[in-house]
Amino acid sequence: MYRELKWKIPLILAVVLGAVWLSYPLKERIALGLDLQGGMHLVLEVKVEKAVEASLERLADDIKRGITEEDLEVDRVKAIFTDRQVSVRMVDKLDLPPVKEVMQGYPFFSLVSEDSDGLGMIYQMSADQVTQIEQNAVSQGLETIRNRVDQFGVSEPTIQAQGQKRILLQLPGVKDPERAIDLIGKTARLEFKLLDEENSLQQALQGNVPEDSEILHQRIENKETGAVTKDPFLLKKRTVLTGETLTGAEIRFDSDFNEPYVSLTFNSVGAMIFQQVTRENINKRLAIVLDDNVYSAPVIQDEIAGGRAQITGQFTSEQARDLAIVLRAGALPAPVVILENRTVGPSLGQDSINKGITSIVYGGLLVLVFIVIYYRLSGVIAVVALFLNIVLLAGALAYFGAALTLPGIAGVILTVGMAIDANVLVFERIREEIKLGKTVRAAIDAGFSKAFHTIVDANITTFIAAVVLFQFGTGPIKGFAITLCIGIAASMFTAVFVSRAIFDGTMSRIKLDKLSI
Amino acid sequence: MKIISSETHFDFMGKIKMALTISGLTILIGLGSMVLSGGLKYGIDFSGGTLVQLQFKTAPDINVIRDGLKTIGLGESTIQEFGTKRDILIRVQRSEEKLEAVGSRVRDSLGENFNKADISIERVEMVGPQVGRDLREKALLSILYAVIGIVIYISWRFELQYAIAAIIALIHDVLVTMGAFSLLDKEFTLVIVAAFLTIIGYSLNDTIVVFDRIRENLRRKGKNTLIQTINTSINQTLSRTLLTSGTTLLVVASLFFFGGEIIHDFSFALLVGILVGTYSSIFIASVFLVYWDSRRRA
Repeated sequence: MYRELKWKIPLILAVVLGAVWLSYPLKERIALGLDLQGGMHLVLEVKVEKAVEASLERLADDIKRGITEEDLEVDRVKAIFTDRQVSVRMVDKLDLPPVKEVMQGYPFFSLVSEDSDGLGMIYQMSADQVTQIEQNAVSQGLETIRNRVDQFGVSEPTIQAQGQKRILLQLPGVKDPERAIDLIGKTARLEFKLLDEENSLQQALQGNVPEDSEILHQRIENKETGAVTKDPFLLKKRTVLTGETLTGAEIRFDSDFNEPYVSLTFNSVGAMIFQQVTRENINKRLAIVLDDNVYSAPVIQDEIAGGRAQITGQFTSEQARDLAIVLRAGALPAPVVILENRTVGPSLGQDSINKGITSIVYGGLLVLVFIVIYYRLSGVIAVVALFLNIVLLAGALAYFGAALTLPGIAGVILTVGMAIDANVLVFERIREEIKLGKTVRAAIDAGFSKAFHTIVDANITTFIAAVVLFQFGTGPIKGFAITLCIGIAASMFTAVFVSRAIFDGTMSRIKLDKLSI
Repeated sequence: MKIISSETHFDFMGKIKMALTISGLTILIGLGSMVLSGGLKYGIDFSGGTLVQLQFKTAPDINVIRDGLKTIGLGESTIQEFGTKRDILIRVQRSEEKLEAVGSRVRDSLGENFNKADISIERVEMVGPQVGRDLREKALLSILYAVIGIVIYISWRFELQYAIAAIIALIHDVLVTMGAFSLLDKEFTLVIVAAFLTIIGYSLNDTIVVFDRIRENLRRKGKNTLIQTINTSINQTLSRTLLTSGTTLLVVASLFFFGGEIIHDFSFALLVGILVGTYSSIFIASVFLVYWDSRRRA
């Protein structure tokens, strides 16, 4: 029987030393959850349908151009968002067959119906293509956000896709959460649009918006009162240039008033288009639009070569810097909305750590004192087991790289209380066996073996609950589930294995007639 | 040392009627309170909404805060002290996108009456209605899965009637704890669901130890009736039940008193759950076994 000790003791030592090695030093080895170290937990939803709509719009433009290039006269090409369709209408019936040929260039469009007057056709975008666009929107969005976060400077961020169209972000230690949200959530779709100066803004405001134009606003904030006014602009819908052709965006300061602005640099394609547009529209106004907000609408004085432009506005230098970051990182392919935001400030996190430790210490001490008074020397064995239990718990947390959260600390505390249970079950059994008149040695044997099944059965139910909790929980809750799972496993090991080894080890040296239990 | 003599002969099963009455009444009161208050009170995790925790340098006047919130259209918010008079929790049952910057808007709205630098935003939680629905569904499913998993395990290790009896006991524990939450007007959040799952696990832990002993004693019961065997088993495990509950209560109480406001409700749920779980493993869990046995004989 005691021969087993020859391998049990080295095994126990190995496990304990392993746990110590894994978890030392604690501060570096055990990651803290966002609720303890402070930081942001964000869940974003990518509005993928907007990406599909944008793609339909682009394709409709593209198709129109393709047909016009064949010298055919188009009535209109229109994207129908609700059904993911494009409707093409011609002026002449005879033009339909050549249009069908043009459409062969778009294999993901299939003809679904022809208008009864023989002048139009409706094409349907395939479901595969829609899925493809949606997936791209999410993966590109993820990349863009990663870029922005990297430039914003967050140490060890977690950015990952969650489900079909959600993005999960964990940003530890963010100091200015609202600025971070601003930076991450901005679509940053930069567009240059010409003002519609042929039509009247007044009439448009009364609901008479020309088909090819739209009304967008410029936000103007009065710096003294903080009041925001919105100035309307009538703009051509057509975008002459987008942010896709940007190669750089930097913050600069105006030399006269020291006001910050963002300086833009275009690639050669962008520079060429910009030059052409400015040449053809001298004395007209060109609006710089970001996410459907007009930032400025300067009059084009002269042809601009060299591919440079600037966005002015009433920026603080922080805002201008962030705008430069988002423009450099690129636009999101579709807007995002924040579904969930949990932000904990660093001081609250530290406070939680302190309180958590206080309750572990007090709770642990109470249990310790109680168990030693109650079981005397055997109680000391239980306390040793309990202590090892916490060491193992720390080692396992470090090994799995699981973050310790506030509910996780509660899990540790609960483990302390419940770990004693396995020992109590054994000790109570031993007491019963001793009362039945068994020798110390036989009572210990019987106590351990009879209590074993009870311990397993009783712990497995809690374990099942903890595993389910791990599956379903997020962040802090997962931390709780993990500590609970590990705690249960560790308490079974320490009670059944370690306590037993200590009993046996003691018995092999001294012959006891009476057990201190 | 012994708290209870190892040879107690309490007639627990003789108190079935009383225990059932007490439990029944307690559950009825809890359910009644839930019905009267229109169902469970969901926290923002499940209902969607926004929560802002602020710390002031000196204790603020809540009415002044409310007036400040009115100016930004958040007059309907719930405002309460959170642990100390300097810590204030503001809850808004809305989660519109505009509320993203709600933390600083709230602080700005107080700017007239307080020095902005004296207010720090400790915590902001915003949960959209969609996520709230998802989380609610997930929470329910998780409780369901846990119960199914446990029933399967217990039916495998014991027999079906033990599994059913154990489930009855855990439903009892959960209902009583929920009732206590409703009576005290506490909110259901994700963390509370975690506490409930723990209570479920714990309640079973206790029950199984008793059942294990019943099964063991039944194998060599001799002439004892089932009720006598159950009584003996509960008495034999009584000191263990009380000891384990005792140590667990010690640590949970320590968490309740020293753990801070954020997990206050969590530790409260555990406190109630463990007390009720201990009671039910002694008085309630075995009732079904007796009922099952009498049905089989009839």
